[in-house]
Amino acid sequence: MSAVLQVVMQPGASAQALSALLEKGYSVRVTQDAPRTAVSDPTEVAPSPSKWKPWFPVIDYQRCTNCMQCLSFCLFDVYGVSKEGKIQVQNQTNCKTDCPACSRVCPEVAILFPKYRHNPINGSEVQADDLRREAMKVDISALLGGDIYSMLRDRSAKAKSRFSKERDEDRALKERLNCLNKLQQAMDIPGEVLAALPSVDEIRRKAEVAKAKAEEAKRQFPS
Amino acid sequence: MTPRILYCHCAYARVLAPEVKQAVLAGLADAGVEFEAVPDLCEMSARRDERLQALAAEGPVKIAACFPRAVKWLFHSAGAPLPEEAEVLNMREQSAEAVLHNIVGVKV
Repeated sequence: MSAVLQVVMQPGASAQALSALLEKGYSVRVTQDAPRTAVSDPTEVAPSPSKWKPWFPVIDYQRCTNCMQCLSFCLFDVYGVSKEGKIQVQNQTNCKTDCPACSRVCPEVAILFPKYRHNPINGSEVQADDLRREAMKVDISALLGGDIYSMLRDRSAKAKSRFSKERDEDRALKERLNCLNKLQQAMDIPGEVLAALPSVDEIRRKAEVAKAKAEEAKRQFPS
Repeated sequence: MTPRILYCHCAYARVLAPEVKQAVLAGLADAGVEFEAVPDLCEMSARRDERLQALAAEGPVKIAACFPRAVKWLFHSAGAPLPEEAEVLNMREQSAEAVLHNIVGVKV
């Protein structure tokens, strides 16, 4: 996390000096009320630029319908449910930098990543075309041929059976790579994120936990 | 009531054109107005920085940052919903001239 140190400068301060301070993580207040370059609280520790790129989902609650698909989808526990049963982002730093995948599965285009390149995930206004084309919503079922979790179960069962007969690990690896490539291209997921995915069993366990959490919230707070 | 001015430098990503943000920052500095410049609103929102709450609570504000929808929900996410009269200037799409003209009424 970055700096909380604030520097106070007078109007007319050099833009270069301001920029240098901002790049270092300082906030700067330009005001008539203080002498030039006075540090508001010199007891504070000088900041250092954050190592964490602030990349996390931001929910547009004007669009969100609390469907909990993001909660069920995210494998990294970024989402949670408030005491009032509302979906919320609870663990920002768990989010995988440059991965916008949850916004792709949101049926309402309600999840934004302000530092993303493309509209409307970057926070630009959602256009009718975005919704009409459903450009933001990737139907994972269509992409992978059925419910993702049952697909993973089938794939795992088939793989076990096939390996026991053939031990064709090369083919399995090729299939996995094909599947990951499809996901990477369709959802703009960085390769590092896919490479860091947990095992199928772990994904299944996490998915079940997330699904139970989402269902519990919906049961307690029906819309 | 004169709107306060907030400038976001988006220091942790390269989504703002450097020439636009530098020109806006220089324009604000040269205009002799009071303003607050912060390294990165996203990072402050993630930390639920108290200054966001103070800014949101103090009435009219003009914010030079990125898309208004993103800024609105970043503040909301920090527990600091922006007032209705808040105005967000988008340095991702608007020119530095347009942003400065709106904020301080000057040309670069």
